Amino acid sequence: MGYVGSSVKRVEDPRFIQGKGSYVGNITMPGMVHLAIKRSPYGHAKIKKINIKKAKALAGVVAVFTGQDLLDGGCGPLPCGWNVPNIKTPIHYALTVDKARHVGDGVAVVVAEDPYIAADAVELIDVSYEPLDVVIDARQTTDVGAVLVHDDIPENTSYEWALGDKPACDKAFEEADHIVELDLTNQRLIPNAMEPRACVAQWTDTTEEMIVWTTSQNPQPIRLLLSAFTLFIPEHRLRVISPDVGGGFGSKIFHYPEEVITPWVSRAVNRPAKWVATRSESSITDSQGRDHVTVARMALKKDGEITGLHVSTWANMGAYISTFAPLIPTALYITLFAGLYKMKGIWGEMWGTLTNTVPVDAYRGAGRPEASYLLERLVDVAAHELGIDAVEIRAKNFIGKDEFPYQTPVVFQYDSGDYHALFKKATGLANYAKMRADQVDARESGRLVGVGVCGCIEASGPAPSAVAGSLGAAVGLWESGVVRVHPTGKVTVLTGSHSHGQGHETTFAQVVADELGVPMTDVEVVHGDTGRIPFGMGTYGSRSAAVGGSALVRSAEKIRAKIIKIAAHQLEAAEEDMVYDRAEGKVYVKGSPDKSKPFAELALAAYTAHNIPEGLEPGLEEISFYDPANFTFPNSAHIARIEIDPETGEVELQRYVAVDDVGNVINPMIVEGQIQGGIAQGVGQALWEQGVYDESGQLLTASLMEYAMPRAAAFPKFEIGRIETPSPHNPLGVKGAGEMGTIASTVAVANAVMDALAPLNIRHLDMPLTPNKIWSAMQKVGNAKTAKVEYFGGE
Amino acid sequence: MTMPVSITVNGSETSQEVEPRLLLVHYLRDVIGLTGTNVGCDTSQCGSCTVLIDGLAVKSCTVLAVQADGSDIVTIEGIANNGELHPIQQAFWDNHGLQCGFCTPGMIITATEILRKNKKATEQDVRHGLEGNICRCTGYENIVKSIVAAQSVAPAKKARKAKKGAA
Repeated sequence: MGYVGSSVKRVEDPRFIQGKGSYVGNITMPGMVHLAIKRSPYGHAKIKKINIKKAKALAGVVAVFTGQDLLDGGCGPLPCGWNVPNIKTPIHYALTVDKARHVGDGVAVVVAEDPYIAADAVELIDVSYEPLDVVIDARQTTDVGAVLVHDDIPENTSYEWALGDKPACDKAFEEADHIVELDLTNQRLIPNAMEPRACVAQWTDTTEEMIVWTTSQNPQPIRLLLSAFTLFIPEHRLRVISPDVGGGFGSKIFHYPEEVITPWVSRAVNRPAKWVATRSESSITDSQGRDHVTVARMALKKDGEITGLHVSTWANMGAYISTFAPLIPTALYITLFAGLYKMKGIWGEMWGTLTNTVPVDAYRGAGRPEASYLLERLVDVAAHELGIDAVEIRAKNFIGKDEFPYQTPVVFQYDSGDYHALFKKATGLANYAKMRADQVDARESGRLVGVGVCGCIEASGPAPSAVAGSLGAAVGLWESGVVRVHPTGKVTVLTGSHSHGQGHETTFAQVVADELGVPMTDVEVVHGDTGRIPFGMGTYGSRSAAVGGSALVRSAEKIRAKIIKIAAHQLEAAEEDMVYDRAEGKVYVKGSPDKSKPFAELALAAYTAHNIPEGLEPGLEEISFYDPANFTFPNSAHIARIEIDPETGEVELQRYVAVDDVGNVINPMIVEGQIQGGIAQGVGQALWEQGVYDESGQLLTASLMEYAMPRAAAFPKFEIGRIETPSPHNPLGVKGAGEMGTIASTVAVANAVMDALAPLNIRHLDMPLTPNKIWSAMQKVGNAKTAKVEYFGGE
Repeated sequence: MTMPVSITVNGSETSQEVEPRLLLVHYLRDVIGLTGTNVGCDTSQCGSCTVLIDGLAVKSCTVLAVQADGSDIVTIEGIANNGELHPIQQAFWDNHGLQCGFCTPGMIITATEILRKNKKATEQDVRHGLEGNICRCTGYENIVKSIVAAQSVAPAKKARKAKKGAA
């Protein structure tokens, strides 16, 4: 039918534009109780006593439970699903029992008839705390005298991990003509999906069945964890539903305490129970992103050939190890250090450290923006120091288009790409030569104009399950897909992927409609309800099209094969002589298209089973579990132009050019939307966003009054292009499209700002590049433009 | 203690006894069951809860239900006309102006005010007009495009297009 490749309008939109989205927070049931959680105001404190008497006495309060009640009631600790070698994982209870380890750590839960009463009762709980010292900075966790976040984890170090070719790295630095050294922080970010997390649970005591509605990107793994680790309700009596979810960006992957508390309470009081986070509560409980402290060096030849990279990173894990936290700064970070380049001498080492902060886990890009940021900052500094143009130095080091599949020295084998073509398109779209010429003119008149370039690689579409297992995964990373053809020829698609803004109801319908040759309106996509879909792994890591979509292609292939068998039988021809006409949705014998059997007729025949080949099972429904052969490797060339107001230090983003290779594209409109949204998020990190803790462990940016979310007026119209080098190892030829915008735009804009400040000899500033930070740095160099200012860290 | 309120919502009169501290957004969502208006923050920054009160776009988390007594409110559920999408709704659909959809009701309601105040709103006008609304998914580009596009739909065409789109 030719849907794939066209910008089909989204079929999910009518409900959203009319206010009919089915978000968890909208659910209401007769007899429902409302939960509110008492949270620690201290970053670190011993809990001496919890007095719940006054709270329990308040009219409308049904019950109050503490961490001890949950323990006594059989709740297990939240598990870690990614175990790197020798990891020390602290115990993490849904409500803490002995100590609070970050501001927001849950201490008790109020159950009330009304959410306002629940909030009142929380204030009546009296907790006696003994405040303790805190540790906040990822690198200072191992300092002598630093307080331990968990008594049983020495030096606050949960794990360490390293990868690369150390001898080759050492040799590169010994033989280098030029070495670039840079200390970098990749600041903490708060994901802030617009829908705050929520959970609703309904226990049915007569059948001992539980339904949990949760704002998750992956309801099936949440059911598994609830069943096997935290709540111990058998999997077949536990249904987890993630209906419409209002954005995730990684923060809704993980198994959260409230997903344990809410169903536990529902069972304990035998009533439906509901918890909805406030935004401020989300800020101190949703998993956060990034937060790396890094010392990096790059070795180069004087002609700009990059020969070596040595990186040491301290990755802040927060107070507990979140579900997939150890994956992010290891196998999604150091493995990307080769970037688009042929360099061999790579060595990366990292320490995952515990602090008195909100746990850190995947946030859009997850490890890959951190890798791209440090690599592309180093390349840019090298270009400045060697006097080579930012595009030229990159092009000199590119992996050639004929070198794929390309084995990097850090595990990954890149599937496909053409980085020269990518940059040619980007520099053409940007008119890069003119951009640089304009910059020269602007500088001559004293203006601070910067052009930022970056070339980024991403590993998306996780992952071959055996590889994931060898890297620490406790789960497989395949995906499931069912194609169910009904007797009338209408089609229901069940996918293990989950859409929380990505538009799967449209793109997966496009794919299946094309595979079967039926109209898209005949295809319905179902996701997010473990009562309807098979086990699967959900959506993150830009995996849905490459893995979930491929599973659907496989199932559709099986449907076609069965339909061909039935048609061959009825038309009395050999199977190999049959033609499945996907444009028309019919099957005929080669050379006789006039005597065809339409799809719907063959579907009905499969169900009546009056006239199908002997031995063939009736029915027309197929399932596939698709385990990808490799990650996919999207890549990008982004170019930003900015200007700094010398009076205020404010950055104006004037142009943003993005050319991406995400392989084949199913729906260009949706892919472009993903890239646009990703760019905005990445620019947010470069210029404004930061989760800030003070020295006592208070999160100073715990609401949207303090945390600087990007707004519409901050952006120009993005200029977007693409090239397509199809991924050779999945049937759709697609690569991930969800994260590249974010991965690239942070460093593109950071490079642009530092490019603007280069004439002032300001070599590097840490993000976010706020007016205050830029203005302060400019004051330090003052008028002495020759003064060498190496580095300004932090605030 | 409760107080009586009478509020017209999407053309229907509602009368309830409410606590004086009840926020209007909770009145809409929890008391009368119109859950299209979303709550995205607790400091009146995000604009997800924007509704029209007597024709003006207001964040319904900043108003108590009792303050809205006697007023005429339009929510996202009430802006379509006899089953035909409002031109702004249609434009959001046509231009991929939404992804997760959570901020969308507030964006669409705010857009009605932007276009009411400015008959020839430019892209920049729209970007500034959205200063009180946050979207985390789209990078705003297609929201802006949708709102700019909505005003170019001639009234006669609007109805036909809405009908076709809804079919």
